[in-house]
Amino acid sequence: MSDVFNLLLLQNTLRTATPVVLCALGCLMTERVGIMNIGVEGMMLMGAFFAVLGSYLYGSWVMGIVFVIVLGILLGLFYYLFSIKFRSDEFVIGVAINILAGGLTVFLLRTLFGVKGSFSGPGIVPLPTLHFTWLESIPVLGTILSGNTLLVYVSWVLVILCWLLLYKTPLGFHLRASGEAPEALRAAGKNPDRMKMLASVLCGIMASLSGAHLSLGYLTMFSENMSASRGFVAVACVIFGGGNPPRVFLAALLFGFIDALGLRMQKYIPADITAMAPYVVTVVMMVVVVLMKRRKKRQPQEGR
Amino acid sequence: MTENAPIVRFEHVSVRFPSALANDDVSLAIRRGEAFALVGENGAGKTTLMNVLYGLVRPALGTVIIKGEKISQRHDPMRAIAMGVGMVHQHFKLVPSFTVAQNIALGSEPVKNLVFYDQKRLNREVLALSKRFGLPVNPGDVVDDLSVGLQQRVEILKALHRGADILVLDEPTAVLSPAETDELFEVLRSIVREQSMTVILITHKLHEVMQFSDRVGVMKQGRLVGIVNTSETDEKQLAAMMVGRELLFRDLRAGEPSDREVLTISGLRAMDDRGLEAVKGIDLKLHAGEIVGVCGVEGNGQTELTECIMGIRPQTGGTVTLNGRNISRLKPREIRGMGVSFIPSDRMRTGLSAEATVMENMLVGKQRQTEFRRFGVQFRKRRATSYAKALSEQFDVRSGGVDLPMKSLSGGNMQKAIIAREFSFDTPVLIINQPTRGVDIGAIEFIHEKILQKRAAGCAILLVSADLDELFRLSDRLVTLYEGRLTGSFVNGEITRQEISYYMTGGRQEVRA
Repeated sequence: MSDVFNLLLLQNTLRTATPVVLCALGCLMTERVGIMNIGVEGMMLMGAFFAVLGSYLYGSWVMGIVFVIVLGILLGLFYYLFSIKFRSDEFVIGVAINILAGGLTVFLLRTLFGVKGSFSGPGIVPLPTLHFTWLESIPVLGTILSGNTLLVYVSWVLVILCWLLLYKTPLGFHLRASGEAPEALRAAGKNPDRMKMLASVLCGIMASLSGAHLSLGYLTMFSENMSASRGFVAVACVIFGGGNPPRVFLAALLFGFIDALGLRMQKYIPADITAMAPYVVTVVMMVVVVLMKRRKKRQPQEGR
Repeated sequence: MTENAPIVRFEHVSVRFPSALANDDVSLAIRRGEAFALVGENGAGKTTLMNVLYGLVRPALGTVIIKGEKISQRHDPMRAIAMGVGMVHQHFKLVPSFTVAQNIALGSEPVKNLVFYDQKRLNREVLALSKRFGLPVNPGDVVDDLSVGLQQRVEILKALHRGADILVLDEPTAVLSPAETDELFEVLRSIVREQSMTVILITHKLHEVMQFSDRVGVMKQGRLVGIVNTSETDEKQLAAMMVGRELLFRDLRAGEPSDREVLTISGLRAMDDRGLEAVKGIDLKLHAGEIVGVCGVEGNGQTELTECIMGIRPQTGGTVTLNGRNISRLKPREIRGMGVSFIPSDRMRTGLSAEATVMENMLVGKQRQTEFRRFGVQFRKRRATSYAKALSEQFDVRSGGVDLPMKSLSGGNMQKAIIAREFSFDTPVLIINQPTRGVDIGAIEFIHEKILQKRAAGCAILLVSADLDELFRLSDRLVTLYEGRLTGSFVNGEITRQEISYYMTGGRQEVRA
């Protein structure tokens, strides 16, 4: 089994976890302002497509990222407009985005590229791989941490930035207050809806970027439904991590580890079974969350 | 500005709500540095008037002048705060997971290094503020862990932090224990005296008016019906002004309770919804023709105790005996059938079905009776309707018709509907939890008379209430409940409010009542 359990497994863990990390950070932003955006799945899928489109049209990965960020802002505004401004149901809008993404990407794949199923080719410029010589000199860590694609590192930085934003800045306080006690924020003369808009746009950008990692980092192609429910796993990670960026990051890493492990176990176990592993883990994670909550509830609360 | 010049002037303010005129041509001047009380029944327009001041409601006619400056057309809370108006709402507007300091500064956090929030500076500021006004708090405490009284203190500090010198408190004592209430008024009085703040208190409790205010304005049906100096009036006169007629509050407690034991509770134990023990071994006896009042700050096991007696909540220990028969293991319906009626504290969730009609709500419990069934199956609607109408009349339930949904009634009328239903069973035992919460003073008088009539008819009544006035007025015996245990048992008339408060908040004296 040494061909399964080796350093490459850990490296793969980081790579497979990255889209979930990015997507979960986006979802976390909306969770903190009191909305559960399950549309992140569709946002990821559209992000994957538009990253390829931008990269292919301009022959530059930078343009791929620019496309994705513009898309993310638009999707965030769309979600805000319908679920907050027009007070529609947040789940229905999320589902709508997911269905839209599935159809739209297939449609555009055919009309723009004239292909079915997937699009790949030398015209797509992937994200650069970053090598840090100072890091590579460290024996084990170097192999794992260096030589990943750009968005892997971006996702780590974003974990820290999101945490700083939420817990160390006034803006973060207002974001959290808008979800937890919007009336308190309103009484303080701030508009909670504006905070929700900001969170929604940040969510759109990060969820779309997670798609870019799939199609320009992890692979260099777009295929139908390539997000493969990673968006939903991200939602589960947000709940598992209790809306705290570092904990959500760890939850996503756990998912990435299981995913990577499953891929490498295919030699021994049928692929259809190993492909189930991440989702089984997700279900187990959710059960654990419920059990933990129940225990917390039972603890006597002093001083009330 | 002279000492007694008005700091706030309402000039012919009218506010129209879709259903009614909430404020009708109100003119009122409040002086700088006075403690002003605004009283009136529910729906009299007190809160609406203050919401105009705070910019939450825009008047249809008239204007408000704050410190010589007219409020603008676009007056809102931000502007009101800037003009020095602070408001503490009935429902706190706090973020539970934030600390005291973070809540106080929400919206105006101090910043260091351009973007980061400066916790040290903020905590210093909050400590200084709390010292200056004599409102001690610990800035680092998380609000969710604080008692209600402390949370209210945070709300007051929040207003003061923003530089308020006109402080409005909307029914601040509804959630407080008597001791906390006394402390609050003491602090408010000292703020008025020493910091020359203007404090406006909205309330419907008259003894609070007497305790707190320099002057009092009385509102009734949207109008200001009078302003008097507190020193020149009394509770009776104020009540008459509020209701528009002389209230009687006759002492109907004629006759002594008998010695016949009807309901006996011994060693009763039960859990709350979180699975923690909420009732920790209660012994209590109810005699025929007796009202036993349970005093306690809410959340000390009152609801669990009453639900346990009714069989709604499983008992984890002890017994309940009715006329010598153990009813501990019976179902609610069987217990009711044996002669116990129940008025729960939460009328919207437990007491009534808001969507069902007034008639259906009043009939619940009797729908199986042959009187309302033809051949045992078909429901006799006409008969049920006329029954509900008669019952409504008897208990003064004012509705637009008994076929309208319950939710269309006012709180007081809903409560009267529950009482009508439960009292109509003519059971020898009544378990009553919070009979007059959120009910206006006219209806309170009515409900109290009905309860006392039941006592005169020989019922054994367990009365749970958060309102000490009510308990003192109605009860023969008073017991204090603290953290699921009875801490005292007293004959009404042999104990004062202060003494009761002491036992309600943990002063120990294990008893068998």
